[in-house]
Amino acid sequence: MSQPVMVAGTIPVPALEPDSRWTYLDNVRRNTGPYTSEEFDTSDEAVSTMDRLKVLGAGGLGCELLKDLALSGFKDIHVIDMDTIDVSNLNRQFLFRHSDVGKSKAEVAARFVEKRVKGVSITPHNCKIQDKDEDFYMQFNIVICGLDSIEARRWMNSTLINLADPENPESYKPLIDGGTEDCQIAGLSTQLGFKGQSRVVFPTITSCLECQLDMHAPRQAVPLCTLATIPRQPEHCIEWAHIIAWEQEQPFPKLDNDDPEHITWLYKKALARAEEFKISGVTYSLTQGVVKNIIPAIASTNAIIAASCCNEAFKIATQTNPSLGFEENYMMYSGNDSIYTYTFKHEKKDDCPVCGQLARDLEVDPNFTLQEFIESLAERAEAQLKKPSIRAESHTLYMQSPVSLEEMTRPNLKKKIGELVGNGDEIAITDPSLGTVNFKYKLKFFKEYRAAV
Amino acid sequence: MLKIWNMKQKQQSDANADAAAGNKKKKVTAAQLRVQKDLSELELPRTMKTIFKDPDDVLNFELTIEPDEGMYKGGQFHFTFEISQEFPHQAPKVLCKEKIYHPNIDLQGKVCLNILREDWKPVLNIQAVIVGLQFLFLEPNASDPLNKEAAEDLRSNREGFKRNVRQSMGGGIVRNEAFDKVFKTRD
Ligand SMILES: [Zn+2]
Repeated sequence: MSQPVMVAGTIPVPALEPDSRWTYLDNVRRNTGPYTSEEFDTSDEAVSTMDRLKVLGAGGLGCELLKDLALSGFKDIHVIDMDTIDVSNLNRQFLFRHSDVGKSKAEVAARFVEKRVKGVSITPHNCKIQDKDEDFYMQFNIVICGLDSIEARRWMNSTLINLADPENPESYKPLIDGGTEDCQIAGLSTQLGFKGQSRVVFPTITSCLECQLDMHAPRQAVPLCTLATIPRQPEHCIEWAHIIAWEQEQPFPKLDNDDPEHITWLYKKALARAEEFKISGVTYSLTQGVVKNIIPAIASTNAIIAASCCNEAFKIATQTNPSLGFEENYMMYSGNDSIYTYTFKHEKKDDCPVCGQLARDLEVDPNFTLQEFIESLAERAEAQLKKPSIRAESHTLYMQSPVSLEEMTRPNLKKKIGELVGNGDEIAITDPSLGTVNFKYKLKFFKEYRAAV
Repeated sequence: MLKIWNMKQKQQSDANADAAAGNKKKKVTAAQLRVQKDLSELELPRTMKTIFKDPDDVLNFELTIEPDEGMYKGGQFHFTFEISQEFPHQAPKVLCKEKIYHPNIDLQGKVCLNILREDWKPVLNIQAVIVGLQFLFLEPNASDPLNKEAAEDLRSNREGFKRNVRQSMGGGIVRNEAFDKVFKTRD
């Protein structure tokens, strides 16, 4: 074998050409193989498109993912992470040193990887994913998430699906999601994280994270009365401090999970309660974990999932091999009992509230009253609505029930559509006869609205 | 990277294809939609009604319960419902506005009802929660205590507990604790 060999440790490394780091990758990118797609292109031009792709890594898979992406030939990487480095991170988050404690994870990791992998540009964003707007997400070609909460995942999912615009191919951002948390009995450290999953969503085309919500094991909550009367675990004491003591004493106006002062308050409360009930094991980091619902995963499981996410990104970017996505879109990994992986196609749900029923255009005369509009809906073949309730984003237009809401919204029936909503607004309709399905329409005024004088 | 776009174009012939166009107006959220569905299918007995401060905000409302049987008969109880954008993945937050003497409701108004916490599932709906609350007034339960004294009282001396409930509902003091008057005033 004449190719350079990767060696580690103290064996002297042969002098390599400046770009030899990419030799293997280039072999993959420049040769058609049994799995390359029909459009696969081995030209310099095609290979260099990867240099211009912008990828975003968000959240927890952090160090692993950034390293993998940089070593896989991505050149323009952004990373978004609101966390700062804690002493307890140093044992497994290998890009961080003791002198980095207290600094932004995104910034330190970006600087480290930039230094180690020449030619890669890493832009850190030290904030929440929710702090960025659609224009920010629009600039990326691929988004990879290792977010640690369902809430953050759902936010990213619906944001990327809302971006998708049929008139603009660039607006379809593949979402690659990796996670290691579902295996856990939340808050109870009885089982370590040997399980994880990677999945790929092509917005509006394939099953989205919202379609797949049932794949998440629900968080196992402890009955309130157990917390209040007979705590048995350190987690029970922390939950007690979090849910009961905080509200009774209100030490600060609003609980901020990211404020160390708040976490310290909860920790002290929990510790006192644990002593009272002779329970051991309440620590600051456990408090933080329970309150933020962080489930500890073992480092190697994280590494496996991050690597699998990176490989899917590489395949989507280069077309060298079929990626997760159009057919199989969900890979689950379990190391609990030996090793087991299972890859399958999770079907898109017609009644998914995010991607299931995208708003259809509906031509409407804005001079219709809401009543007339509702009657016209009953005549539409696809709808066949019997008792429709309707809302726009910030307005309830009409509710059939309960009585109090019906009374409050009844005056709207006499108002004109143009008075209630604007041209291009989205409305959503539910109806008991639709079951779990609902309709969304984007209203297009085909006449001018004449406001009543 | 082009493949995704090709796929999308193939889909264009689908019935759903004229969807999702153009400008980025704010959209109705999944939680709003689900709450709307739940509310429009609500079947309330005549002992309960809902109150909406702002009809546009369906995620926050109040439920009034006026039990017509059981130990809490004649009272009027108000519960606030606070539903997050995580609904139905997360249960509604329900609080009793009055300070009442009840084994499963603490003095701050927190309610120990399994489906509000450990047994909540996204297939459950607002109706299920309301039925659960109604049940708490008909059958207070000493085995899931949130107010330990009240639970003990119910377990050891049911008649005495009944008297204490009536006492508390009139705004009286039970075990050194003053309660809110909840008897329905004739209107
Ligand atoms: Zn979906």
